[in-house]
Amino acid sequence: MQLEVYIIKRYLFRGIFTCTTIMNLFYHIGRYFILLGRAFLKPEKFSIYWKRTIFEMSNLGLGSLGIASIIAFFMGAVIVIQTASNIDSAWIPDYTIGFTARQSIILEFSPTILALILAGKIGSSVASEIGTMRVTEQIDALEIMGVNSASYLITPKIIAAVVINPMLVIISMFLSLTGGWLAGVMNGSVSTYTYIHGIQYDFDSFSIVYALIKTMFFAFAMTSIPAYHGYYTSGGALEVGKSSTKGVVYSSVCILILNYILTQLMLS
Amino acid sequence: MYTNIELYINTVNVELIELQNISKSFGEIEVLKSISASFYPGKTNLIIGASGSGKTTLTKCIVGLTEPSNGNVLFSGEDFHTMKFKQKKTVRKEIGFLFQGSALFDSMTVEENITFTLSMFSNMTKEEQLDRANFCLQRTNLENVNRLYPAELSGGMKKRVAISRAIAMNPKYLFCDEPNSGLDPQTSAVIDNLIKEITEEYQMTTLVITHDMNSVIEIGDNIIFIYNGEKWWEGGRDEILKTDNQEVVDFVYASKFMKALRK
Repeated sequence: MQLEVYIIKRYLFRGIFTCTTIMNLFYHIGRYFILLGRAFLKPEKFSIYWKRTIFEMSNLGLGSLGIASIIAFFMGAVIVIQTASNIDSAWIPDYTIGFTARQSIILEFSPTILALILAGKIGSSVASEIGTMRVTEQIDALEIMGVNSASYLITPKIIAAVVINPMLVIISMFLSLTGGWLAGVMNGSVSTYTYIHGIQYDFDSFSIVYALIKTMFFAFAMTSIPAYHGYYTSGGALEVGKSSTKGVVYSSVCILILNYILTQLMLS
Repeated sequence: MYTNIELYINTVNVELIELQNISKSFGEIEVLKSISASFYPGKTNLIIGASGSGKTTLTKCIVGLTEPSNGNVLFSGEDFHTMKFKQKKTVRKEIGFLFQGSALFDSMTVEENITFTLSMFSNMTKEEQLDRANFCLQRTNLENVNRLYPAELSGGMKKRVAISRAIAMNPKYLFCDEPNSGLDPQTSAVIDNLIKEITEEYQMTTLVITHDMNSVIEIGDNIIFIYNGEKWWEGGRDEILKTDNQEVVDFVYASKFMKALRK
């Protein structure tokens, strides 16, 4: 009898816990969309928002160019070396190395892996910047001045990332393919001619469109989700750190889910 | 039939703030209990009370950063919390707010902090904005700080820049949340006098939240004492020193210095 009561209690608690978690999830999703609604209201003065968007493009885009370039270059090199080392059949032509590298880089590595890495860099920067402004009452100051703080702080970041990230991805595609070519030629697994033949073989330009559309969605998620966590920070420095971590984790998860949905919609 | 306040508003065009039965609860904790008060222009209105008595929550309710659970906040006779979004924005543009921690924008220079609202809401040219910023800085006795960032300023300088920013738009209402916290007595006196001077000069409705007794004695034209979320006492700076309300006496004469002064 005691065991039955224990099992019932356990399932009951588990049920309550699940309900609370689901309710909590809906609460955050609802609040996130309300914040986005406020962020996309008509700005007070376009010229100021334009300047902020340009500043954020430089801050989020150019600031990430270095890390994006290094990652892209070595990622391409590793893809070519691994592909070459796994092709040991005489029936598979050498240009397959270039072909495989191109497909992996354009379809997945440049848009998604780069997005996950940038989610860490941009996401933590956005969440901590807005979170610090919240706990030091700078957001309250904006509100009292009559400025729509959500729009002023969040919209330029989202627009900047959505515009600049596709450019970063194009640069990263080029650098990945260059890194792959250098690694392939240097270790003697593929010649320049064969590699170039491989990356041109059966090329479908839609794969670039697909990658750029994905990137725009990822850019939206990697700025708006950390911005949401930063905006609703309460407490002090410790909470700013927590918001920053949450922003990065949730935006990364969201990028992976979006990646699946967009791939299903656009490629299947 | 007009009440005194309505008669005052209707006969004289003044920027008056009126609180009607303001209550605020967080869950089951009642932080503010039916507070009613009026704050008049050209006067330095002080809200005093112990830490945690609800002073800052009351101010946040007045400026609309927090929604009161009950009651109305009237700005020149209009209820702030029932106003439409655009009306609220218009009222907010007429509010200058000095935060406890100054709340200057870290990423902007002193000059940019002051010209921020001007560039956002006025049609001034860049030169006019800079002239206004220089005027506000001179008014708060600050020079050669235009290009500095808030991190490069001392606490007192930050407060003065925050006052400059607050008065840049010629506000009708000025709110100061513990303007002297973390400042030495001399700088505190300078800030107090500055608040009093600009209040009288621009005929603003100024509301200062403080628990600094020096400020109370120096600038308190109208003082409201909050005790456990209730309006416990109201009067002028001379009356507060003579009152026999026990809670007010305990608060005012808490320090040895004030006890000695009383004797």
